[in-house]
Amino acid sequence: MSAHRQTEDNLHYSVSMLEPDDFAFWRHKARQLVQSNIPPERVSWSEAGGCGDLFSGGDTQLPPVPNDAATVRASKRFLSLAKNVVLHTDLERFALLYGLLWRQQSNPRIMEDKTDNDVRRAEELDKAVRRDSHKMHAFVRFRMVELENGEEHYIAWFEPDHHIVRANAGFFKRRFANMHWSILTPRGCIHWDGDSMRESPPARRGDAPCDDPTEDLWRKYYASIFNPARLKVSAMMSEMPKKYWKNLPEASLIPELIANAQKRESQMVAAGEQDFQAKPETLEEVGTAINRCRNCPIGDCATQAVMGEGPKNARLMIIGEQPGDDEDKAGKPFVGPAGQLLDVHLEKSGIDRKDAYVTNAVKHFKFVLKQTARGKIRLHQSPAAKEIDTCRWWVEAERDIVKPKLVLALGASAARVVFGKTVSISQARGKPIPLEDGSELWITAHPSYLLRLEGEARATQTQLFDADLAAVQQRLVQL
Amino acid sequence: MDRLTTIDKLGILADAAKYDASCASSGTAKKNSLGGPKGRGGIGSTEGMGICHAYAPDGRCISLLKILLTNHCIFDCHYCINRKSSNVRRARFTPQEVADLTLSFYRRNYIEGLFLSSGIIKSSNFTMEQMVECARILREEHDFRGYIHLKTIPEADPELVYQAGLLADRISINVELPTDAGLTRLAPDKNARQIEGAMRNVNSDITETKDARKRFKHAPRFAPAGQSTQMIVGADQATDSDIVSKASRLYDGFKLRRVYYSAFSPIPDASAVLPLKRPPLIREHRLYQSDWLMRFYGYQAREVMDAADKDGNLPLDIDPKLAWALKFRETFPLDVNRAPRDRLLRVPGLGVTAVNRIIAARRHKSLRLEDVGKLTVSIAKVRPFICAIDWSPTALTDRADLRNLLAPKQEQLELFAA
Repeated sequence: MSAHRQTEDNLHYSVSMLEPDDFAFWRHKARQLVQSNIPPERVSWSEAGGCGDLFSGGDTQLPPVPNDAATVRASKRFLSLAKNVVLHTDLERFALLYGLLWRQQSNPRIMEDKTDNDVRRAEELDKAVRRDSHKMHAFVRFRMVELENGEEHYIAWFEPDHHIVRANAGFFKRRFANMHWSILTPRGCIHWDGDSMRESPPARRGDAPCDDPTEDLWRKYYASIFNPARLKVSAMMSEMPKKYWKNLPEASLIPELIANAQKRESQMVAAGEQDFQAKPETLEEVGTAINRCRNCPIGDCATQAVMGEGPKNARLMIIGEQPGDDEDKAGKPFVGPAGQLLDVHLEKSGIDRKDAYVTNAVKHFKFVLKQTARGKIRLHQSPAAKEIDTCRWWVEAERDIVKPKLVLALGASAARVVFGKTVSISQARGKPIPLEDGSELWITAHPSYLLRLEGEARATQTQLFDADLAAVQQRLVQL
Repeated sequence: MDRLTTIDKLGILADAAKYDASCASSGTAKKNSLGGPKGRGGIGSTEGMGICHAYAPDGRCISLLKILLTNHCIFDCHYCINRKSSNVRRARFTPQEVADLTLSFYRRNYIEGLFLSSGIIKSSNFTMEQMVECARILREEHDFRGYIHLKTIPEADPELVYQAGLLADRISINVELPTDAGLTRLAPDKNARQIEGAMRNVNSDITETKDARKRFKHAPRFAPAGQSTQMIVGADQATDSDIVSKASRLYDGFKLRRVYYSAFSPIPDASAVLPLKRPPLIREHRLYQSDWLMRFYGYQAREVMDAADKDGNLPLDIDPKLAWALKFRETFPLDVNRAPRDRLLRVPGLGVTAVNRIIAARRHKSLRLEDVGKLTVSIAKVRPFICAIDWSPTALTDRADLRNLLAPKQEQLELFAA
């Protein structure tokens, strides 16, 4: 400290802060002290109402600043840090800052030395204050009260750790400019009426309203946006410590959300997950597994699941829609009227059914019982998209095992089970669609469609059907 | 159709949005609600940093009112709970309802703004018009100056996407899946070319309006917080390498602000083509860490991929930075008193803050190991990779069991991975 002149006295000085968050006052006093060359160990700082330390009660009248006193130096970083550190509740903060200011006069770059204990301590205090301010921005929750004149007044109760209320008034003013609001805290209150800011003495929790109907909506949102499949309580706790919970309307839901998360997740999984272990590796395994399959409700009504049929290394796989009444009873695909019609046309196009693997998009017969004059009959029902998608697993297993070069889909359900989406038959038919595994998908109508038509329409569609089969036969020869 | 109350709809449409990973409300233009055209000011502010107003027990922050305008959808994407063939309960908000809800939450300081997404009803254009209308009501009728994030629909008319960008702070277009094959299989109604085309349009609109603002003060702002996207992880066979390389192409090609990764989550009423188990959440975490390495630590996508194992996936038990360092041990140890900034950033355990502190502190003194300890979170992790005045770890980097020494305990991983 050779640059400093020695003061004549060796007195202790005590400075009493009038407001705990008054940075301007601290700066004024600190500057005066440095200029009078009074080292930190001879100064004690206290807050109004505080009892100070051993030396308080000493000479509080600071000596006059010498006329030729050097200007006091402080780095930008120090000033921005000090503004925040003053807001901390630590009683040592004023002395800590003064010590750093003092040391800066001989070492102007002291603030850059992050290994210095005082610098580190000041940064810790700064961090705590910034965190507290951030939490205030985040966790102030206004409740709306309708005043007698019909205006809305938004009132919040908040308990900050540090003296941050006044320093953060601007944030709320900039955010809620056209609202009337008050933030009540045990460290003082701020009020904004749309034009001006007002301060008032500390308040108690009971001074704030205790309810707002919108909180029900907010709690609904909070509970719904939480994904129970991703429970991570510690991550939540570190960002939203429990001490804040009592003033957050949504926090009351947390224990229950956590307690039920596992149950909700397993329900989600159970509702969605198919009860498959691994994809079967042989056609026999597929046959056994589909009989047990209850991943969709159809499985319960049919007599049996109907497995595909044909050579397990067939070059052509023909996929129909689902078993009908006859197939369900026989346990074999395409044995009913539609199957017989298919056989006729396959033969006409020169495709030998015995060389093809013939199967269905959906493995179980779906029907409704209908009362007729001849008693109850089982009336065929088209499978829903969901049922087709569920059964896609089995058809893919069959495709993986048989590895056909060409897949012929009969009708929209069959096309969906291979292609994953509903396509228009009229647009997709008659041309190859390349599949991921290198094979080709061809799409045509289902023979039962032909059965339902009459007259000219039937003749036209039959012709188209034959043309598709002929194209498939031709393509098979090429492949 | 039974009539749903607002609270019922909110429950359904927030539930439908819970699989969405993005929630950020930062990085936009500074705005506040003082003054303005209506004299007494509007409502809302953005001061650069976003604020997380609450945290859900899944550890994710709640910064925005994240909801769907509707969960009706004409598309049939297998990974999506709202797909056409799903049996989920449906609901639909009017744009006015969304605006009212946003304002009543905002006024109570529950949120920073709105993140609006939607299932596709009637047509892509119709849906996009409705979303734009929500933002218009907020901005024009209520002078709302808080954050708005609109998830745009790539199939919609580019003019509508442009309107969205003029009203929103951020717009996003989801790439959904990292590979084209995955997209074809799981999102049959979507088209990779169309998605990237929409991103390209948004990027050029952002660039043009930024340019215009340099010349004309009153040129309109267009998505000042940029555009982002989301990828689903673990629903198809794509490896971490596939994902990282896709992300890097998106960052470079379309100047995206963020790529979000969303671990495929079991959804009720799932489609049968999806895997049976969700991927470990830790995988998503490792991808975010690698994303961080590319955005803030100067790693190339190639280098992150080098850190992956033979199967193309990043190790789950250690972070990607440590994985890279263990593979390229010859580049260590680094001298904390001499090494340049970009090299120090490669040291496992040293973050950007710690590196900045080291560089500032070493102007004052030569650092000892103890000094470095004061500047970092954990010296144990850093020690094997650095030299200081009184420290040299030569023996350590050669140790075959270094990975085991530095990896967290296995039991712990299992416990918290899920």
